[in-house]
Amino acid sequence: MSNLDKFREETKSWLDKNCPPSMRSGADPTIPVDEVWGGRKASYKNPESKLWLERMGAKGWTMPTVSKEYGGGGLSKDEVKILNEEMFFIGAKQPLLSFGIWMLAPVLLEYGTEAQKKEHIPKIIKGEIRWCQGYSEPGSGSDLASLATKAEDVGESFMVNGQKVWTSYADKADWIFALVRTGPKEPKHDGISFLLIDMETKGVSTKPITLISGKSPFCETFFDNVEVPKDNLIGELNAGWTIAKKLLQHERAFISNFGLAAGMGSKRDIVSIAKKHLGEDAGRIGNNFFRSEIASHKIKEHAFGLTLKRAGDEGGKASATASMFKLYGTEHNKKRHELMVAASGVDGIAWDGDEFDKEDKNLTRAWLRTKGNSLEGGSSEVQLNVISKRVLGLPTQ
Amino acid sequence: MKLTLNEEEQFLKDTAKNFAQERCPVTHFRSLRDSNDPQLWDKAIWNEMSKLGWPGILIPEEYGGSNFGISGISVILQECAKTLTPSPLFATGVIGAYSIANFGNENQKEEYLPKIVSGEMTTAFAIDESSHHNPADTEMTAEFKKDKVILNGKKIFVVDGASADLLIVLARTSGNKGETSGLTLFFVNSNSSGVEKIKLDMADSRNYANIVFSDVEINKEDILGDIETGGETAENILDIARIALSAEMLGNSEAAFETTLDYLKQRKQFGVLIGSFQALQHRAAQMFCELELTKSSVMAAMRAADENSNELQRLSSLAKTVAGETLHLVSNEAVQMHGGIGVTDEYDIGFFLKRGRVAEQIYGGIKFHTERYANLSGF
Repeated sequence: MSNLDKFREETKSWLDKNCPPSMRSGADPTIPVDEVWGGRKASYKNPESKLWLERMGAKGWTMPTVSKEYGGGGLSKDEVKILNEEMFFIGAKQPLLSFGIWMLAPVLLEYGTEAQKKEHIPKIIKGEIRWCQGYSEPGSGSDLASLATKAEDVGESFMVNGQKVWTSYADKADWIFALVRTGPKEPKHDGISFLLIDMETKGVSTKPITLISGKSPFCETFFDNVEVPKDNLIGELNAGWTIAKKLLQHERAFISNFGLAAGMGSKRDIVSIAKKHLGEDAGRIGNNFFRSEIASHKIKEHAFGLTLKRAGDEGGKASATASMFKLYGTEHNKKRHELMVAASGVDGIAWDGDEFDKEDKNLTRAWLRTKGNSLEGGSSEVQLNVISKRVLGLPTQ
Repeated sequence: MKLTLNEEEQFLKDTAKNFAQERCPVTHFRSLRDSNDPQLWDKAIWNEMSKLGWPGILIPEEYGGSNFGISGISVILQECAKTLTPSPLFATGVIGAYSIANFGNENQKEEYLPKIVSGEMTTAFAIDESSHHNPADTEMTAEFKKDKVILNGKKIFVVDGASADLLIVLARTSGNKGETSGLTLFFVNSNSSGVEKIKLDMADSRNYANIVFSDVEINKEDILGDIETGGETAENILDIARIALSAEMLGNSEAAFETTLDYLKQRKQFGVLIGSFQALQHRAAQMFCELELTKSSVMAAMRAADENSNELQRLSSLAKTVAGETLHLVSNEAVQMHGGIGVTDEYDIGFFLKRGRVAEQIYGGIKFHTERYANLSGF
């Protein structure tokens, strides 16, 4: 038996023993489902969610390619493929959703010191610490590099003062990775540093922002004379912009998956919604104008999915591709929700109350939420700028 | 199904690129258009293509071909399309070669395939009978009389029909207009008595004809594939043709886009390069995204054809739709971004617009394929 076959056997039997029944497909639908983000403040409706996270975290399989010295799985690419396949076969749930995994850990591995990696990566992998991202500020949206939250050198530590906005889940997170201004006199891109801050430090406070969808996944985060140890600086002083850009690529790659109906969080199928609200005619959507528009949309979605696959087959390319996927994925997702709302008629704009299906009311909220997709992580217009300049080499004025 | 080119395909693509750029740049097409040559493709260029083995790419080795597959010939068409190179490669090297190699009997293969490989015989596929592609609407009749078949009817918009030696014709052997059953494919020598070719002048200045068949007599042996199920066979041949044509349309779009980008980096107005204007930059970036989607769609369809996937029909309609929409967008934007010179005959960019719209119509336009995709997907 080859090493890979042996690994497959072991993985299969480990999953068999350790993946709890409610964490697999075909689970009892009456058992509550948790969205597991981990962290010190985590609570679980289903104790098996916690158990599954602990077991996978202990194996390091929430970040299977990271080496074992940082708490990762230490697996090769081929082994990860096998692990994913075996998890797919039993319909195993992802044990952990995490900005730490998607964004911070990759840049820590690249720019962190040995001590920083050993301190933070294992806790990300085990889901012990939940991270949030402190980038945007009230005065610095698309022009992120103009950010003003300052970190002054006060000897042993930095003194941080300022405000961040659009901090996803800041009220639930334990730590924040933030961009701060450490060089007020330097040109704007050259005076920024990348700093890790414990949210429990005195002077840190958060306030949720209510969105047009009625939900509040984002917060404002305030720093009022917050003392941060100098050890928490990642990379060189004033070299944070490079790290920030790198991290944004990881974020964009992640957000672009929203464009695929099969992407995270979308169980809504435009065809069945259209059939439900517009009726069927011999298996076809019962209204030809909608049918034609939905077909065009599905064709684009198919082509986009093939493009993601091609990028994978080509071995993944640099930031330009990330910008394209971010732009296209989010715009496509918005379009899809507009079509679903239109196809639902009056039911698609329901807000509350017993006269409407829960599904329809949720669609209204989801549609409104998509309006943020093309803003967060760099607006569509910023992505178009990136493509024009970095890919197409068009001149700046 | 890996969506990247293998080494052989990359080699074919590079060869085709050099050939097109060196032997037949856009000036070659322009001079053909301006000549009185009714054929609208150049015999010498076709001979060179044949020496490179291109007409034999879909033909098995035993008949002299190389069997490099749909992907192989598609990347060649894509590169030739960048300089708008006209040649019989599509109608003969793709459609003729594929039809005969896959559905011909042993006699037919022996008779025709070596002649396609050598470049001495060209073919044309006679399908459409009205201004909107729809093979089920075939009315042309084929009547069996003893050991002969008598053909009557009119085919329109036959690609390379003005010059092809051998016609592959879809005709009704039973049933009525609108039915996909009751159809059969036949070989007809284009010089047969009763065949009248009427050359068409289309916007893209390429070789097309309407062909009238008046009591054309052929032999019973001249059936391609099975009798009465020619509709299905024709659909399969058409899907292959649509994929190859999508690759060609991708090449058209790529070239029009590149030319436009160059122009944005050269042309100055208000004292600056016009490429520095965000109003143009964002539209260029949008086109870049659409081109990336088109590349993936065409690649997936090529692969499906070579792997004989059950997704072939859907991916063929996907590729033709996406390639059509992208070429539509890019050719329009290319003309607009070139400003005044974009609408002059002296400048090449208008050729891409004209070629784009004609290619879009061949074997089904965007609406046709969007609906076909929806039907195949159960919408």
